[in-house]
Amino acid sequence: MQQAPTAGELPKLLRRDRMRDLRERAIGAALLTAAAVGALTTAGIILSLAGETIRFFGQVPIVDFFTETEWTPLFSIQKFGVWPLVSATVLTSAIALLLAVPVGLIAAIYLSEFATLHVRSLFKPMLEVLAGVPTVVYGFFALTVITPFLQGFVPGLSTFNALSAGFVMGVMIIPLVASLSEDALSAVPVSLREGAYAMGATRFEVATRVVFPAAISGVIASIILALSRAVGETMIVAIAAGMNPILSFDPRVPIETMTAYIVQISLGDTPYGSLSYLTIFAVGSTLFFMTFLMNVLSFWVVRRFREVYD
Amino acid sequence: MAAETPALPGAELFHPRVRLRKGLGSAFLVLGVASVVFGLAMLAFLVFDVVERAIPWLRVEFLTQFDSRFSDRAGIKAGLYGTAYMMFFTILISFPLGVMSAIYLEEYARDSWPKTVIQINIANLAGVPSIVYGLLGLTVFVRWMALGRSVLAGALTMALLVLPIIIVATQEALRAVPSSIRDASYGVGATRWQTIWHHVLPQALPGILTGNILAASRAIGETAPLITIGALTFVPFTPQSPLDRFTALPIQIFNWTSKPQAEFHDLAAAAILTLLVVLLTMNSLAILLRNRAVRRRAG
Amino acid sequence: MHHVTEETIEPRVAAGSSHPPRVRVGIPAPAVDEPIEHPAIEVRKLSLWYGPKRALGEIDLKIAAKKITSLIGPSGCGKSTLLRSINRMNELIPRVRTEGEVIVDGVNIYDRRVDPVVVRRSIGMVFQKPNPFPKTIYENVAFGARINGYGGSMDELVERSLRQAALWDEVKDDLKKKSGLALSGGQQQRLCIARALATSPDVILMDEPCSALDPIATQRIEDLMVELAREYTIVIVTHNMQQAARVADRTAFMLAGDDLVGRLVEYGLTDQIFTSPRDSRTEAYITGRFG
Repeated sequence: MQQAPTAGELPKLLRRDRMRDLRERAIGAALLTAAAVGALTTAGIILSLAGETIRFFGQVPIVDFFTETEWTPLFSIQKFGVWPLVSATVLTSAIALLLAVPVGLIAAIYLSEFATLHVRSLFKPMLEVLAGVPTVVYGFFALTVITPFLQGFVPGLSTFNALSAGFVMGVMIIPLVASLSEDALSAVPVSLREGAYAMGATRFEVATRVVFPAAISGVIASIILALSRAVGETMIVAIAAGMNPILSFDPRVPIETMTAYIVQISLGDTPYGSLSYLTIFAVGSTLFFMTFLMNVLSFWVVRRFREVYD
Repeated sequence: MAAETPALPGAELFHPRVRLRKGLGSAFLVLGVASVVFGLAMLAFLVFDVVERAIPWLRVEFLTQFDSRFSDRAGIKAGLYGTAYMMFFTILISFPLGVMSAIYLEEYARDSWPKTVIQINIANLAGVPSIVYGLLGLTVFVRWMALGRSVLAGALTMALLVLPIIIVATQEALRAVPSSIRDASYGVGATRWQTIWHHVLPQALPGILTGNILAASRAIGETAPLITIGALTFVPFTPQSPLDRFTALPIQIFNWTSKPQAEFHDLAAAAILTLLVVLLTMNSLAILLRNRAVRRRAG
Repeated sequence: MHHVTEETIEPRVAAGSSHPPRVRVGIPAPAVDEPIEHPAIEVRKLSLWYGPKRALGEIDLKIAAKKITSLIGPSGCGKSTLLRSINRMNELIPRVRTEGEVIVDGVNIYDRRVDPVVVRRSIGMVFQKPNPFPKTIYENVAFGARINGYGGSMDELVERSLRQAALWDEVKDDLKKKSGLALSGGQQQRLCIARALATSPDVILMDEPCSALDPIATQRIEDLMVELAREYTIVIVTHNMQQAARVADRTAFMLAGDDLVGRLVEYGLTDQIFTSPRDSRTEAYITGRFG
């Protein structure tokens, strides 16, 4: 080490190129800055929601928000109980999941365990087209096609209702459940399937009693993500479920979800800083918090219950 | 061992009922096909309905007229221009940011906590409802940065919305480039950036473009965040600068769908058909690029 | 000119360190193998194709009941494929075609009327890598019996199977608590053997069952195989010639020719195969000159 030649003695070719070092470092710094935008976005979401939400709770007691059962911020007698909006979100999401979970899971098992490679490579991308249709188009479909259709079967079904909004939302999230669950099922090692077949199991038994339980963490995660998507879905419910904030679990009547309320206020001429302007942030915070919890839960499920095969 | 324990029961204790079990399998097969067909039938139903309603309204004027109170004079010119302007800026902002973030995460960041935090953060952002991005845009871009309810505010909001999609897709494309190519480049004395710029990025480009096209097609169809930041619903003009107010194609669809008159629903169908054609074109392009990339990697 | 080649090879075989150790020293090797009168399995002119590629060429093989038969040969010779033909596992791979017959209990299992699901109940299989299900130890063993409509006491069946697989004492306290995946590699493999025993098979096929195990765990599985051969017909594929020499009564040597089709080269009592192979290719393989 002591005998290492000083820079002056080094042949010019081996010497560090100062300009090149500088350029490399500048590029590294620029890339890091870009990567930081993601973190800034999260910070921006939390700060913007939190700021206006705190101002809202400065005017409306937080207890009222979570205990009142009426939501009438646009009436002369204002009530700020969030439950009518939450119940509507729960209702439409539940209807969506009631359709999407069985259909999506059956499709996933079929594609992963029964379909030939050829059929799977044909069907999977076709299903994924469903997920690429803009939600405003689904809203149109729910209002102008599904509701009139269902009115032939369901007596007392209003023009705006939770049923057709939830149904179409279910159609939208079928590919999400099917695709993510299919990934989880396909990731189960072939050796487990062979082990089961070698004991005289049929294809159906291998799929339902060995592969499906082995993939359960991925399947549950896909359902949670589907639920999170349903809760945050906006245009379908804003168009087809109504803007009528009542606390009801009747799927035939108009209701108003959290997201639909934000749309309703945004469409109106709400003065900046007014109480009704602040309500959308309180509702938005509630929505963000709910979906955030679900996303974290799905991560946790995957990590906690994943089987480790070597 | 085996001598001490009694012999195992023989086959007579088993009642395999194979026909019943195989029957269950066949029944499930029918159910599985039915599930997939159900989804596809819904899609076909939707497209058929839209096309049927839209056909009488498909005239050149529909594309060149502004919105109107009278359905026969209404067109989507403002929406088309607004969407095009907004998407131009959205791509201009999100493409470099997303690709740079992905390069940082895949090629520069070491496996330590900052990388983990950024990675988890991105996964989480992908799960945030789009309307919450709208609230972010309303506060940060419309108010704090005082951009108003402008094309630029919309584009910035959309850029943040699709950023996670671009980053994840780009990361996958970069990861698919074999490390032997990097080693070869370092081996001839290239720096890290030279290696990425001359060898890794060209290889990953088809995958990166595919991801960006899919992200853009997501942004084109998004409606909720634009409503939240206050994009207009009735606009008889095209934006002249990025700071002008605007409308977008999905907003016009929403506006017409919300009207009670059936003619406006047909107009909405015509606008939907336009939107679907644009999306279909973009997705076909993405698939084409992906297939070419796969073929090149295999060949 | 003398037979130079033979003379130069002979001493090397006798003194070479690569010669496998002989275990059953007490039994004198008979000069000629007696014919198998009532084979448990008879393979007749069995050929198999993966798509257009032929992998097995007209294999004829009689497997003795309640004995251990080993299939040896270099990798790619088709020994695993042959093993998997005996319980029709190959049919799970797309585009596989089989010709010829496999007679078990007087029935050709490739007869069109025979269901592979039924075949596999009576012919158990243990795989190269232990593959317990991500279920409890109890459920692992009970699985095959459950799906096959077992009418007796499940608790007894699980205990008996685990005892037979020499695993009972190690796991009896947490049968329903511990996952099969939580066991050690050797224990997992014995669990897989117990799992195969629980469907009451007549034949157990083992596809390199020790290749993922350490020497001590391997020793236990080998002891177990010898024990189980009192009641079951065992066919084992192994790339380890010492293992074949230690446990197998009969050994079949397979080899793929230049056409990559696996064929049976030589079959006989293990002692005879290892001490006085008739085919020069067998000799070359067991003395370690290729493989």
